[in-house]
Amino acid sequence: MVAWTDFERVTIKDIFSKIDYEVVGPAAISRCLIVYPWTQRYFAGFGNLYNAAAIKSNPKVAAHGKVIMEGLEKAVKNMDNIKATFTELSTLHSEKLQVDPDNFMLLGDCLAIVVAAQLGKDFTPEVHAAFQKFLAVVVSSLRRQYY
Amino acid sequence: MLSKREKDLIKEIWERLTPVAAEIGADALLRMFASYPGTKTYFSHLDISPNSSHLLAHGKKIVLAIAEGAQDISQLTVTLAPLQTLHAYQLRIDPRNFKLLSHTMLVSLACYLGDEFTPVAHAAMDKYLSAFAAVLAEKYR
Repeated sequence: MVAWTDFERVTIKDIFSKIDYEVVGPAAISRCLIVYPWTQRYFAGFGNLYNAAAIKSNPKVAAHGKVIMEGLEKAVKNMDNIKATFTELSTLHSEKLQVDPDNFMLLGDCLAIVVAAQLGKDFTPEVHAAFQKFLAVVVSSLRRQYY
Repeated sequence: MLSKREKDLIKEIWERLTPVAAEIGADALLRMFASYPGTKTYFSHLDISPNSSHLLAHGKKIVLAIAEGAQDISQLTVTLAPLQTLHAYQLRIDPRNFKLLSHTMLVSLACYLGDEFTPVAHAAMDKYLSAFAAVLAEKYR
């Protein structure tokens, strides 16, 4: 069980109410594919990922970005049981998708940067820290079913 | 590996940020202390509360060093030689922490530059800070 402070609960819900999933999701996943190009290995079926412009305009990347945000929203709605919420997703990433779990935080870091760019000064160090903690819990839950 | 285009971009961004070095540096440090509390253990000798003169001075020092390195990235080992010695023999900060400050520095840049911190700029900057951290750790062992 993760111990969330009141500030953290309110802050996470607040961040997710302020960000536009249709913008942040695609921006985060495309940033991850651009900044850490080895992550492209998991998206061979997505077509043209040849350069930053291609990645940013790739519709499959954008669609996947939204899928990711929907997944994260489940965690926001179940902050007291993120572990259980992501059991299936963890198994999926481990057994079917076979994603190296060290990559999860790469996407997490990109998400922090995209949210920071969106919220600017409102993304204070305290708000940022709450978000990093949320990301750490999400990543940890996604790692759980790997063996 | 950094292309010429990326090196120019990095140099340009840090030149632009030099006048607000203290602000950016202090912001990155504060974020690091908040998200990664273990990093505070290296600063027991300073007042690291928000807006403290220690924090601003220290943040400024760090950003100016990064900006100086950006002037000629191919010469990083030469430019950073004194800092290498400092970190290896005196400060002895676990180099895993360099990655943490690199990340919060990127977040600070994102907050400050907004949309201007494009994915291409982000990639270039991440590579530069990784190289900077690697050079900084070279004399450790």
